[in-house]
Amino acid sequence: MNLFAQAAQFLTDPANWAGPTGIPVRLLEHVGYSALTMAIALVVAVPLGLWVGHTGRGGGVVVGLAGALRSLPTLGLLTLFTLLMGLGLMPPILALVLLAIPPILSGTYSGIAAVSPALVDSARSMGMTESQTLLRVEIPVALPVILGGIRNAALQVLATVTIVAYINLGGLGRYLIDGLAVRDYSRMLASVVLVAVLALAADAVLALFQRLVTSPGLTLTGDRP
Amino acid sequence: MTDMAIRYRGVSKVYPDGTAAVDNLDLDVPAGSLTVFVGPSGCGKTTSLRMLNRMVEPTSGVVEVNGRDVSSIPAAQLRRSMGYVMQQSGLMPHRTVEDNIATVPRLNGVSKREARANARELLGSVGLDESLATRYPAQLSGGQQQRVGVARALAADPPVLLMDEPFSAVDPVVRQDLQRELLDLQQRLHRTIVFVTHDIDEAILLGNRVAVFARGGRLAQYATPEELLRAPADDFVADFIGRDRGFRSLSFENAPVDLQPVTVLNADTGERTVVGPGSANPAPWQGAGAAASSGWVLAVDARHHPVGWLPVDERGEAAGREELRVGGTLWHRGDSLRTALDAALSSPSGQAVAVSEDGAVAGVVPGEDVMRAIEAQRAARHDRVESA
Amino acid sequence: MNWLANNWSSVLELAGSHLVQSVVPVVIGLLVSVPLARAAAGSRWLRPVLVTGSSLLYTIPSLTLFVVLPLILGTQITSVGNVVVALTLYVVAILVRSCVDAFESLDRDVLQAATAMGYKPVRRFFGVELPLAVPVMVAGLRVATVSNISMVSVGAVIGIQSLGTLFTDGLRRSIISEIVVGIVATVVIAVVLDQLLRLLGHALTRWQRTGAGARRPAERRRDKNGPGGARGGAGALATVESGGAPA
Repeated sequence: MNLFAQAAQFLTDPANWAGPTGIPVRLLEHVGYSALTMAIALVVAVPLGLWVGHTGRGGGVVVGLAGALRSLPTLGLLTLFTLLMGLGLMPPILALVLLAIPPILSGTYSGIAAVSPALVDSARSMGMTESQTLLRVEIPVALPVILGGIRNAALQVLATVTIVAYINLGGLGRYLIDGLAVRDYSRMLASVVLVAVLALAADAVLALFQRLVTSPGLTLTGDRP
Repeated sequence: MTDMAIRYRGVSKVYPDGTAAVDNLDLDVPAGSLTVFVGPSGCGKTTSLRMLNRMVEPTSGVVEVNGRDVSSIPAAQLRRSMGYVMQQSGLMPHRTVEDNIATVPRLNGVSKREARANARELLGSVGLDESLATRYPAQLSGGQQQRVGVARALAADPPVLLMDEPFSAVDPVVRQDLQRELLDLQQRLHRTIVFVTHDIDEAILLGNRVAVFARGGRLAQYATPEELLRAPADDFVADFIGRDRGFRSLSFENAPVDLQPVTVLNADTGERTVVGPGSANPAPWQGAGAAASSGWVLAVDARHHPVGWLPVDERGEAAGREELRVGGTLWHRGDSLRTALDAALSSPSGQAVAVSEDGAVAGVVPGEDVMRAIEAQRAARHDRVESA
Repeated sequence: MNWLANNWSSVLELAGSHLVQSVVPVVIGLLVSVPLARAAAGSRWLRPVLVTGSSLLYTIPSLTLFVVLPLILGTQITSVGNVVVALTLYVVAILVRSCVDAFESLDRDVLQAATAMGYKPVRRFFGVELPLAVPVMVAGLRVATVSNISMVSVGAVIGIQSLGTLFTDGLRRSIISEIVVGIVATVVIAVVLDQLLRLLGHALTRWQRTGAGARRPAERRRDKNGPGGARGGAGALATVESGGAPA
């Protein structure tokens, strides 16, 4: 338990909260890498998932692609890209984007594909155009599943950004790698605790967002009067 | 009202695999009439309906609505000018009842306030309370959802209303209410309604004119209900209308028929009881006797609503759930003999299931008893005619 | 590929260690989750506790667990045991949630019929409920297995031996082939195990494909009277498929 006390001491030492290697800066770097990764992954995966889910074409390909990407080890890609492209921001971001795509893609695709065909039919029969059907019916109804996928991706990215410190970048993982190098266990502990707190906080914020934008009509299940 | 709102001219629909869904259809629907397309499944009735709003495009031929070839009107615009009610209500689960009803007016650019106010008015005209306006579809019963579906179809005040088996997924009691309300509504609104069903009774009850479709998309007969019953065009139509059409005139007569007790099996608890006249409270099951003699027990749910029939072996053991025969219409006390006969004939056990007002099983009427009552009725009428 | 020829035996050894770290948690996790989920399904207090607990657990990054667990278990930080325990927790977190959904979405008529036919609770569980829950369970198992295999490599960052060691070592020594071998080996293990689970699920759910019930989303979309009842199941699967645990 001594180590926990030391880690707590590390976390409460004002010296660790200031300067270019302080916790606020590392936290911002961590969130920044994650946000950049998510932005790229969303731009790629959401439109693709919507298109495949709406048209029903290529569903098998998407499921296969998501599965194949999921089985790629992120650490392996990160080290490979770094050796191929040199040190820098892009190699790890690219590896992380490949990590974030599968949950977003399959969440978006399966959310849209699971919308009842009768509902889509009725939207068309009322004279909605294809884009109106997608925007006003399919996306709102699929939103809980789509956001679930995005939330999952965000959590995985926040957790995995920790390892970019391994290739000389910043983020909260910096303390883990530096602590490991000098056998300072309490600093490693402080690092992973910070990452866990960040992940829990991010998940809470995303869950709140998910609840705010989901229609209450979708969470009712047959509680008829 | 002699002008034709809808015309099919030489319309066919052939799918790429060569199956014909609709075969050279010529048909005119008078404006302001309620026309029913009826036929067995796969006869092209729904396909024909869906050509009207271009949910299906014909392979050849012309479909005209109010004098215009539908293929010349952009699909979305055309659809907004017609109401459409389908079997599953197709309500959007993420929108409230009033916003569901307001969908098409909103698509047409009506302001939200105006569309909602209009939606609340429509709720009343389909027999729903205004307080339901802010509920979500999941909070409504099946019958209520279907009423909202009708209100939604009427919201843009369309001259043409398409209804695709709108009442077939609701239970028989609610269905009768919905049918009656549709007739009332039509009396007031005089829309051109095309209504698809597989139920010939529903067709005859609702239709000003009935189009009977045969398998392969052939129009077998298009006539008024009376004509259809009096002079079926061919064997197919005669068969489809039913061999018992002689009894259809009994529709409006009701006569006392005595209920018989029946052994019921509670599907939740596996408990057996006997229900019927003379046992105000369900009596405990006494043994194989009653059930074994009829060869069936009636499975019921927790509220004692009938679920289906289970065959019983010589020792009185009920068969497993996989043997359950669902089906059979229900007979409410006070309903016509015709309904009782239907219920008996459609029941796997040959016994009509009688239910009380709350839908619970009240007893059964064996088919023979119904026939005897019908014969008695006929004889009585005959006597009246003779003595007059 | 000279590198592989020269280091054949050490790659095999690392692959074996990788396999143990990813498969053992799946087996233990399954054995723990199913009874937990069955007890939680429909339970007023256990269900919220388990569901909330597992989603919280699921949120904690694996590296955090790899570092914290030695303090609690008294193991070495580079011990394989940390990874096995950590990943078992994730498997339970994934499976409990999907199994609870699976048990709760069972057709109540079928269960009532089983009771009416005289099934007692235990037999009903093994004879009816478990087989019907298999599709959702297998989907959850596949996700858990594949994401485990990917997560095991992360342990290499803090010195736990697995195929991930090829990545850290390859980076340090600038040997691209070493990293490529690691990636390929990881993917092969993931694909093989995933297919084995798929075949297992296929064998256990023959009943699903005999009737009209087993139609794919694309087909259902075209069918105007598509079975509305498929929604709940598809939704549950969709949730599982978009899952995966944090690295």
